[in-house]
Amino acid sequence: MSIKLTRRQFTATAAGAALAAGSAPFNIGRAQSGTLKIGSIHPRSGFQAQLGIACQRGIDLAPRVLKQLGINANVEIMNADTESNVDVARARAEKLINDGANVLIGAFDSGQSAAIAQVAEQKGVPYIINVAAAPQITEQGYKFVFRNFPTAPMLVGDGLNLMKGVFEKSGITPKTAVFMHVNDTFGQAMGGAIKAMAPRFNLPFQIVETIAYDPQAKDLSVEIAKAKATGAEMLMPVTRLNDAILMIREMVKQRWEPKIVMSPGAPGFYEGQFYKTLGRFSNYLLTNVPWYNPRSSLTQKLLDEFTKTYKGELFELNVGFSFEAVMVAVNAHNAAKSTAGAALADAIRKTNITDHVMAGGPLQFNEKGQNVNIKSVTLQNLDQRPKVVLPLDIAEDNLTLPLPSWTKRS
Amino acid sequence: MIARLIEGVPRRALILLGLLLVALLAAPLLVGDYGLSVLILVLYFAYTGQAWNVMMGFAGQLSLGHSLYVGLAAYTAAALYVHFGIGPWLGVWIAIVISMAAGLVIGFLAFRFGIGGVYFALLTIAFAEFTRVGFDHFTWVNGSGGFFLPVAQYSVNDALNLRGSPTMFYYILLAITALAFVFCRWLLTGRIGYYWLAIREEPEAAQTLGINVFRYKMIAVAISAGMTALSGVFFAFYYNNLFPEQIFSMNRSIELILGPIIGGVGSLFGPILGAFVLTALAEVLNDVMVALGYELPGIKLVFYGLCLLAVVMYLPNGIWPPLRKWLGLGERL
Amino acid sequence: MPADLILTVAVQGILTGLVYGLMALGLSVIFGVVRVVNFAHGEMMTIASYAAIVAFGAWNIDPLVSMIPIAVLLFALGYAMQAVLINPFINRPEHSQFILLAAVAIIMVNGLLMIFGPDARNVLVDYALDSIEVGPLLIDKVRVITAALALVIAALLFAFFKLSRTGKAIRACADNHLGALVVGLNVKRLYALTFGIGSACVGAAGAMMTLLIDTTPNVGPAFTLQAFVIVIIGGLGSMPGALLGGVLIGLTEAMAGLFFAPSAKTMFGVAILILVLLFRPQGLLGRRV
Repeated sequence: MSIKLTRRQFTATAAGAALAAGSAPFNIGRAQSGTLKIGSIHPRSGFQAQLGIACQRGIDLAPRVLKQLGINANVEIMNADTESNVDVARARAEKLINDGANVLIGAFDSGQSAAIAQVAEQKGVPYIINVAAAPQITEQGYKFVFRNFPTAPMLVGDGLNLMKGVFEKSGITPKTAVFMHVNDTFGQAMGGAIKAMAPRFNLPFQIVETIAYDPQAKDLSVEIAKAKATGAEMLMPVTRLNDAILMIREMVKQRWEPKIVMSPGAPGFYEGQFYKTLGRFSNYLLTNVPWYNPRSSLTQKLLDEFTKTYKGELFELNVGFSFEAVMVAVNAHNAAKSTAGAALADAIRKTNITDHVMAGGPLQFNEKGQNVNIKSVTLQNLDQRPKVVLPLDIAEDNLTLPLPSWTKRS
Repeated sequence: MIARLIEGVPRRALILLGLLLVALLAAPLLVGDYGLSVLILVLYFAYTGQAWNVMMGFAGQLSLGHSLYVGLAAYTAAALYVHFGIGPWLGVWIAIVISMAAGLVIGFLAFRFGIGGVYFALLTIAFAEFTRVGFDHFTWVNGSGGFFLPVAQYSVNDALNLRGSPTMFYYILLAITALAFVFCRWLLTGRIGYYWLAIREEPEAAQTLGINVFRYKMIAVAISAGMTALSGVFFAFYYNNLFPEQIFSMNRSIELILGPIIGGVGSLFGPILGAFVLTALAEVLNDVMVALGYELPGIKLVFYGLCLLAVVMYLPNGIWPPLRKWLGLGERL
Repeated sequence: MPADLILTVAVQGILTGLVYGLMALGLSVIFGVVRVVNFAHGEMMTIASYAAIVAFGAWNIDPLVSMIPIAVLLFALGYAMQAVLINPFINRPEHSQFILLAAVAIIMVNGLLMIFGPDARNVLVDYALDSIEVGPLLIDKVRVITAALALVIAALLFAFFKLSRTGKAIRACADNHLGALVVGLNVKRLYALTFGIGSACVGAAGAMMTLLIDTTPNVGPAFTLQAFVIVIIGGLGSMPGALLGGVLIGLTEAMAGLFFAPSAKTMFGVAILILVLLFRPQGLLGRRV
């Protein structure tokens, strides 16, 4: 039951919520019951370190930005590093709870998040997942686990829907596509969702080849040669960061120029490192992914603070979702006026924040603890940065297709 | 038989062991939730290290791919439970058989063709890697997507299905570790222990003496793999989620053998001590980093590496042998 | 399947394999002489890669140029490691040596993480994305250059071991350790030299590798394993064997990726290793021990 909000409805809801006395999203200035200890647990070393550190930035900025907004954010952030390892994630979660964490936020990776979720559930400490897409995590009947991130089927559903919009807007409708995905937890979840859902979406193109590659691949030349040989008009990649770079670089080398390169909802194309490494070759690639709403004033505040603090780094969805997780925790703390696990969990379940960072409907959780209001947008890399091109009401720039030739770029 | 087990062990060693056991039995009442989870980790590494030690420490065959046996057993028991509702106490036997079979295949291939030392070690890594990539594509257990066991909050411990509180897991693991300790002692004091010693120290001489070297190496591999299977089953039901990338990884194999090497390869108590020391070290390092507010990713593991380096350079046989001498506990533990 | 596709993939596989071969060559030299398993091999290569990245970032030096000073730097590192750390371990059991080098590897990986952070780094030379057209084939220029250089370095090394006095002495050490001691060779120094030479090889490979792949602190262990697989397949201590092993792995993985699932292609490399260990444990070009 996803709610589609237009810009106008969105503003209306926000205004309405603000007017409703007493039920304002944040209980500004109310009496507090002590400090909320937030345990932030992310892979800050090991192979996911880059992404864990990006999440951490969103968490670190949150108290400051919330205070600027006049929100009573009486929090203490406790940090833990999962070392990109499931066992360590579990042990660190136990440690954080032992050291008095009232809420846990993390952990970017599905496996680690699943391990942390078990601990949180066992100890009755609310756990807000900022990023992790494996659908199983919110299907276990947990009472203390909340996820403010779409599941793989949600990502794919939005991704495929937006594709149709892109075809319509650009007037370019590919008849054939190659689906390439990294063969890890996330890639396989996405691959499974696409296989299951594609028939229902009545897509105009046919997937002529599916190519899965090793997450530790250091070279994608064979994969790209194979994809190129199909002559497909569109490439649909599900990548992480490093392999996304490898993929595009190999496409340039092999001069494979499909009309459209569009990710159905995966990281890679919109990350700082991607632009730094590929420069002009990063342009015109598309990603359908949950993203910050560039029209939200809160996003702008966060963005300003981010650029001030982390010069040269790119503000992307990991930062946004991590920030929102803190926002949810703080909001629940102010509403519950308690740091007790059960009270906080109840308050989180009642979360209804209309003015937030990421695009989509109000920040709410269903009975499974899943936020189903998150909506993906279509990003296009233009001028070597990600810009929202669809939906039109929050678009920052115009969709430009087909993909220009690699060799004719300045 | 009991006489054989305690023969030549000084009385004070027995008393110390008894005290340790009592302390471990009482620990859940004293250490709190977090302490308990750390102790579970310690026992897990102690037990798995003990299993590895049978192969390396007793029979002299260096395996760097023990994650293979952990992973195979974990997946076997988990898949039986999820797909057919077969509980872990039955599944564990099937898991043991499968792990043993894998060990025997590797052992057969290696020992038949006279592959030893570094080559054998690499063969074990190669098989673990092969299996890792294989499981990435094994859709019956959800491939690299990860295999999840159903989880709920349990008010009662269901020991029959290994579903319950950490305390239950702790006691089960403690029992397994204690039994493994006694079992290894029994192996070492029996004829097979002396054969292994001969094979480890002087393989040619052992052959000349009429010891069937091939056969006893195979037995060592089978026992080690079978014992390791238990930790795999435990892992599956304790963590409830399995990912080929994690469970079969080379890092995992190395993690498993650090304890016994630090503690003392070939000694009975070495793997247990090693697990305690390494886990304690990791915890202390972590606390120090937090206390200093010093957050440079990697610094903890650098320090960890330095400690390892120091131990291996200055205590070539591990920590336990000199400690055992200092405590006057004889040479047999 | 079109023939030019198969041919393109085969050529790419062989070229990549040659660079892998160069990396493995260093390991083979060390392994063949010192008989110590360098479990920090891939990590040492990562250090070289970072050196090339720093040289490019700070002074805009092309990795193909900086590889010479980097090879010298790695020679010094290797020499020092052997002299200080490994020589006392020569007569220790294998697991002891293993843990020593595994500890070194852990320190290296995480030291690099502390210094450079987790982000993938690379070197962007202006020819990085060029391709050469050969008939219907499109071949990656960087791969051609690096593969050619790998061959040149291997030839130089080969000449050194065949022709120079020191090279001969090192080979004598490898063939007959006791004999070398008897005739009065300074075995420890020769070991350190060998370790240095092997490290210099991996230094050159690491610098070149920055043109082909992105470097993160964590790529080391995978390369260590890769190098081992190649060395065992080619034959312990055999220099042509290392190159052959590299090419074979490169080609097999490329073909497996083309005809089967790309995500399973490393399985085929490992499968070859298992087959070689079973039927020709001394390696394809190795001598029976």
